[in-house]
Amino acid sequence: MISTTTLFGLSSVILVGLGLFGLIVNPQPLRKILAFNLLGSGVFLLFGVIARRGAGAGLNSDPVPQALVITGLVVAFAATALAVALLLRLFQETGQAITLDTEDPSIHAPARSNDP
Amino acid sequence: MTLALAVDIGLTLLVLAVACWTLVVRDTFTSVIGFVAYGLLLALIWVRLAAPDVALTEAAMGSGLTGLLLLGAAARLQNAKNISAPPGLALRWVAGVLCALVSAGLAAMVLLLPDPAPTLAPAVVAHLPATGLGNPVTGVLLAYRAIDTLLEAVVLLPALLGVWSLAADRDWGGAPRLRYHRPDGALTLLAQVLPPFGIIVGIYLCWNGADQPGGAFQGGAVLAAMWALILTAGLAEAPPVSRRWLRWLLVAGSAVFLVIGLAGIGFADAFLAYPAGYAKPLILTIELVLTLSIAVALGLLIAGPPTRTPS
Repeated sequence: MISTTTLFGLSSVILVGLGLFGLIVNPQPLRKILAFNLLGSGVFLLFGVIARRGAGAGLNSDPVPQALVITGLVVAFAATALAVALLLRLFQETGQAITLDTEDPSIHAPARSNDP
Repeated sequence: MTLALAVDIGLTLLVLAVACWTLVVRDTFTSVIGFVAYGLLLALIWVRLAAPDVALTEAAMGSGLTGLLLLGAAARLQNAKNISAPPGLALRWVAGVLCALVSAGLAAMVLLLPDPAPTLAPAVVAHLPATGLGNPVTGVLLAYRAIDTLLEAVVLLPALLGVWSLAADRDWGGAPRLRYHRPDGALTLLAQVLPPFGIIVGIYLCWNGADQPGGAFQGGAVLAAMWALILTAGLAEAPPVSRRWLRWLLVAGSAVFLVIGLAGIGFADAFLAYPAGYAKPLILTIELVLTLSIAVALGLLIAGPPTRTPS
C-alpha cells in the first residue's frame, strides 16, 4: 500500500514535469510565468514531503524545510511580480503585439507611445 | 484502503487535473482562475502534510496574491495579439519526452529517499524553550535561520525597485494605479465588507505566529491582499511612490531586523543572536514591524510601476 508521503512526492514530481513542459511549449509569456509558478509549487511540495518524512521529537513535520518553503514562496511571488511588470512594460512599448521572439521585425520598431 | 488515504488520492488527482487544465485551456483569464483553484487545493495538501504554516502562506501568497497579480496582467493583456507561433509538433514531443525524463528522475529520487529520513526536528525542539516561542516554524524563521528571513525581507525591496524602475520617465513620482475599469457593484461591496475582517485575520495571524501557525509573512500577505482589493475597487488611491513615509515604512522591517541583529554582536556574541531572556520580546518586535513592511511591499508589488496618466 502506497504511503501518503510517497503519493504526494510522486504528484510533486509530476507537477514539476507539467510546469516545465508548459514553460517550454506555451508561446504566451503570461502562460510561461504561470507554468513557472506551477513548476515552483512542485518543488515546494517535494520539500513538504521531505519535511513530513522527517517528523520526530513530537513534531509531525520537520520545521526547517517548512521555513525554507515559506521563504521560497515569498521570493517566488517577488520574482513573479517583477516578471509581470516586465511583460506589461513590453506590451506598452510594442503596442498591440507581444512576442519573446527577438528576430521578430515588429519589436525593432516599437510604437514609442510612452515617451513625451 | 483507509479513508484518509482515499481522501489523499482524490486530492492528488484533483490537483493534477486542475494543473493540467490550467496549462491546456485556451483562454488566459480562465487559466489564471484555474491557477487560483490549484493553489487552494495545494494548501489542502499542505495541511495533509502537517504543515499549517506553509498551507496559510500558500493560500495567501501562492494562490491569493499571485492570482490577483496574474488576473490583473491577464486583464491588461486581453487585447494583446500574440504573434509568437507555438512550437511545432516534433519540438513539442521532444520537450514532452525530456520533461517526462526529468519527472522520472525525480520520481526515482522520491522512491529511493533514505529511511529513516534525516531530520532536524529534535534539534529544533531541544532549543525552542530558549527562544520562548511555541511555534517551531517561527523559531526556525526568526531564531535559527534568521539570516534567511532577513535576506527574504530585504529581497522584496530590490524586486520593488525593479518594478518601479520600469516606469517611463514622465511617470516617475506618480502613484501606482491598480484600477483597470469602472468597478461594478459586487466588487465595490466586497471591498467594503471584506477588509475589516481581513485586517483582523492579518493582525491575528501575525500576533499568533509566535505560538500557533501564522507569522509575519502570512499576516503581511493577508493585509496586502486587503489593500489590493480596496485599490482594485477604486475605493482608495495608492500613495505616490515619492512619499517619504511610504519609503520609511518599506525599509522599517528590514532596518529594525538589521539593528537588532547587529546589537546581537555586542550583547549576545553573534550577528542575529538574541541575548538570553530577551529573545521573545525582540522576536515579537521584529515580527510586528516586519508584518507592516511586508504588507506594504507586497501591496506595491501588485500595484505595479507608478503612472501619471489618468485612466
